[in-house]
Amino acid sequence: MREDLLCNKTVGLKPSGIRRFFDIVAEMKDAISLGVGEPDFDTPWHIRDEGIYSLEKGRTFYTSNSGLKELRMEIAAYLKRTQNMDYHYMHEILITVGGSEAIDLAMRAMINPGDEVLIPEPSYVSYQPTVILADGKPVIIELQEKNKFRLTPEELEAAITPKSKLLVMPFPNNPTGAIMEKEDLEKLVPIIVKHDLYVISDEIYSELTYGGKKHVSIASLPGMKERTILINGFSKAYAMTGWRLGYACGPEQVIAQMTKIHQYCIMCAPTTSQYAAVEALHNGDDDVKMMRESYDERRRFVLHMLAQMGLPCFEPEGAFYVFPCIREFGMTSDEFATRLLKEEKVAIVPGTAFGDCGEGYLRISYAYSIDNLKKALGRLEKFVSSLRA
Amino acid sequence: MNTLKERILTIIEKNSRINIAELAVMLGTEEIEIANALQELEEDGIICGYHTMINWDKTGIEKVTALIEVRVTPQRGRGFDDIAERIYKYPEVNTVYLMSGGYDLMVILEGKTLKEVAMFVSNKLSTLDYVVGTTTHFILRKYKDHGTIMSRKYEDLREIVTP
Repeated sequence: MREDLLCNKTVGLKPSGIRRFFDIVAEMKDAISLGVGEPDFDTPWHIRDEGIYSLEKGRTFYTSNSGLKELRMEIAAYLKRTQNMDYHYMHEILITVGGSEAIDLAMRAMINPGDEVLIPEPSYVSYQPTVILADGKPVIIELQEKNKFRLTPEELEAAITPKSKLLVMPFPNNPTGAIMEKEDLEKLVPIIVKHDLYVISDEIYSELTYGGKKHVSIASLPGMKERTILINGFSKAYAMTGWRLGYACGPEQVIAQMTKIHQYCIMCAPTTSQYAAVEALHNGDDDVKMMRESYDERRRFVLHMLAQMGLPCFEPEGAFYVFPCIREFGMTSDEFATRLLKEEKVAIVPGTAFGDCGEGYLRISYAYSIDNLKKALGRLEKFVSSLRA
Repeated sequence: MNTLKERILTIIEKNSRINIAELAVMLGTEEIEIANALQELEEDGIICGYHTMINWDKTGIEKVTALIEVRVTPQRGRGFDDIAERIYKYPEVNTVYLMSGGYDLMVILEGKTLKEVAMFVSNKLSTLDYVVGTTTHFILRKYKDHGTIMSRKYEDLREIVTP
């Protein structure tokens, strides 16, 4: 093999912390997992049925590059009814292969070499690599538990340099479960405007917020629509992870460039998934409500069990994760997770998989049945007591 | 019906073994609230029992379930109620529904053998006053009952760890 065969930039990317953990877990046959980042529900049947029907009718061709017109219109209607925002389906919405593709496209459409992208962490694993692949420079903002893992104006201001161009807003957050409320967002807007930043707002968990706190998109605040790429998708709200369908909404100039990349690399999102998604947006509100209520019950259940075993954990109000602190044991998250797996056969992802500042934390997913949660957390409790003994 | 009661019903309809303490945690309320709500739901006849779903097919114990369409002559002033009562008082009768359409009452019956069911229909059901005809269907296999798929075990098909 020639020495210069591989792309240095790609080779230089850090391997995903999750992947490494997965390899250990995969060896253990009888481990129970709290490590999954996707819903445990099946896609509601009426949505699957619509996908099947589209196949029966022979809808097996490419759609337009931007995606089915009906779907883009449904998305515009959805953002109108949930955020009171007006996006034009023709020029401001692009259907992508999951939210992940939209993140990548947004980076590639806006970053010039050396541009700095502000990334609050702990957060989803793909922001840093997509910035690096687009020749940008990731600048990490370490979120603090004492601020409920929300981004504060001071933290934002302190991270800005003359080279800052983009800010990633990953809320509701994976892995912390943190949300940003309207007042929190409003404090950031003047800073964003002053420094002429653009925002990539990853709102994939927008339907999963609890305690009556509805998700507010930063794009819905005055002056922000024109500087925000709003990213969302169907995976979490409708339990459609395997369908690989997401979307980006934003200013026409940016969406046009994103569409150009999408057109060359992907052509269009899967047609079957797009037909199913029309049904999801049109008739799926009750399913979302049912799943949200069910997650909320499990969230309370998990928090209660963690409190009983004395593991400190701030109360998350979004997504389906809790992020307890394990600093008292004097181990790294990695050591803790590995020992927990070996000794009690429970797979929980170490916080460091979501950024260095996740050190001292674990991400527990509660996208599991109550029985499964009870069993797995029972084992965690046993492990914790043995460490304390 | 308040939302707490509705939430309780939704949870225990799927899993009646969840206890009061767990329900209180899951619904973010006090145990006493749950206990009171359950008591009211029982007293109002909304919760009618805490039965267990059993797939008898797998036990090897012989059981026959029949679904019987019954056509009756309604009684003046009493409609179908008296005749339905006459039927549902038999302990071997599991279910009685009043139906719209081609027949009046649907009766679901459980017996040990085909013969036992047939005897019940010919000796007891058909001979009742006001019953003008019956059609008996035997259930060959239950695929799904009370929202539960009988033939399939739940399997988590997800990758064990994902971001």
